[in-house]
Amino acid sequence: MMLEVNNINVFYGAIHAIREISFQVEEGEIVTLIGANGAGKSTILKTVSGLLHSKTGHIKFLDTDISSANAYSLTRMGLSHVPEGRRIFQELSVEENLEMGAYTRPKGEIRDSMADVFDRFPRLKERRRQVAGTLSGGEQQMLAIGRALMSHPKLVMLDEPSMGLAPLLVEQIFDIIRELNQAGVTILLVEQNARMALQVANRGYVLETGRIILSDEADRLLTNDSVKKAYLGG
Amino acid sequence: MLFLSQLINGIQIGSIYALVALGYSMVYGIVKLINFAHGDIIMMGSYAVWFFIARLNLHPAVSIVLSILFCAFLGVAIEKVAYKPLRNSPRISLLITAIGVSFLLQYGMQLIFTPNPRMFSNLFPGQLPIGNFSISNATLVTIGVSICMMVLLTILVNRTKMGKAMRAVSEDNEAAQLMGINVNNTISFTFAIGSALAAVAAVLYCCSYQQIEPTMGSMLGLKAFVAAVLGGIGSIPGAVLGGLLIGIAESFTKGYLSSALADAVVFGILILVLLIKPAGILGRNSHEKV
Ligand SMILES: Nc1ncnc2c1ncn2[C@@H]1O[C@H](COP(=O)(O)OP(=O)(O)OP(=O)(O)O)[C@@H](O)[C@H]1O
Ligand SMILES: [Mg+2]
Repeated sequence: MMLEVNNINVFYGAIHAIREISFQVEEGEIVTLIGANGAGKSTILKTVSGLLHSKTGHIKFLDTDISSANAYSLTRMGLSHVPEGRRIFQELSVEENLEMGAYTRPKGEIRDSMADVFDRFPRLKERRRQVAGTLSGGEQQMLAIGRALMSHPKLVMLDEPSMGLAPLLVEQIFDIIRELNQAGVTILLVEQNARMALQVANRGYVLETGRIILSDEADRLLTNDSVKKAYLGG
Repeated sequence: MLFLSQLINGIQIGSIYALVALGYSMVYGIVKLINFAHGDIIMMGSYAVWFFIARLNLHPAVSIVLSILFCAFLGVAIEKVAYKPLRNSPRISLLITAIGVSFLLQYGMQLIFTPNPRMFSNLFPGQLPIGNFSISNATLVTIGVSICMMVLLTILVNRTKMGKAMRAVSEDNEAAQLMGINVNNTISFTFAIGSALAAVAAVLYCCSYQQIEPTMGSMLGLKAFVAAVLGGIGSIPGAVLGGLLIGIAESFTKGYLSSALADAVVFGILILVLLIKPAGILGRNSHEKV
């Protein structure tokens, strides 16, 4: 089992944002979490990556309990989180952002990984010395994904990678997700664009105000009436 | 000749302000705290060097190294004990704590070493004559050492893995954690570097002014803070520029107007900066830097 989340409850002060949520991600899968604004999708990813902690239950990554682990220690284990809003280091150059992605890896391996990322995203190579804050939105998203790949992750969690991008770029991002998965990377995808997410995913979980209300194979969710009505525009 | 000698004096004290301002700026960049105890680190460093030389009869070079290590350790300890528990508290709690730490250090030292000033003998006596003019060795050492420190710091921040991590944490603490960066270690490292620079500034200051007392850090710290704000707090070149400008402004006021006005001019500059360009000369409003 790649990731096992068992009965977590997460609070922001008095706000009970995540209620008794459990889900699993198997090795090699693409799993998507869909839900409206404020449903708790980002909170779940932050809890898995150790930025937040659950009051109850446990989270296991590759059969190791990581419920109370520090965020920084999980990167080394093979967990990578591309946060909502990209969160690239605007003041650092493209290359330095990628180096930060490889922070936990020995210096000798960084060059090859960077070459891989540049192969995948030639635009980043052209702009390698440019300060990341000057990149376009699409390029910043490429950089955020590239940066996450620099740690050589086994599981990548993507939080709304298509947010704010033109349709053509959205297609491109989903192509990249497919390619990564074919290359053996397991993916946990959070998306507002439920249709595209379910098209690329193996399985999906539907979230409503902090609870999972539905979970199934992705193609069955695509034809589920209540999902259609609420998330696929009828 | 008055002009030249005041300019050199200004650059000399300005380099000291710059070294101290760098500490304010780096710490502000990474934890968004105006560390009001930073000035007192200079005082602690001065007492440490004095103690090692005058009381323990250690070699000056050894004493300087020990005092730098002592200040680096002290800076890290203060962060761990006083600031770290408040990392998620309102900024004002942190600020008040910093002022508390400052008082603790000042009064603690008064208790141990009495409030009386101590004499500190210049480690770099002598003059270098240049034509009909001469510069003291202490001034030359101060300017030379400061330039070296700034170059080293620039290399550290821009070229090394730790330096890049410092910049990453300054900009986005959470994203930095997701990269696998241990934020606590990075913050400790920043305090260590800032405090070590303060210790260097302490030695240079003592050699020129040859007197130390427990409250000496307040005014020095405050002026360096003004320098950091003038240059743009959070910016490394800004701290250097601000330090030099404040030093030169102060020195010219002393030379051409009156010594009594020097402090007023410095704080007048602070007020002007806050009114005209609160982000400072090289500061930017949007993004944070180390
Ligand atoms: N830092 C915070 N402090 C307090 N409440 C928060 C905080 N972050 C999120 N919340 C609340 O927790 C709930 C879940 O938020 P979360 O960001 O996880 O939603 P989301 O599903 O990612 O939404 P979106 O699609 O808009 O990104 C929301 O009600 C939100 O208001
Ligand atoms: Mg979200």
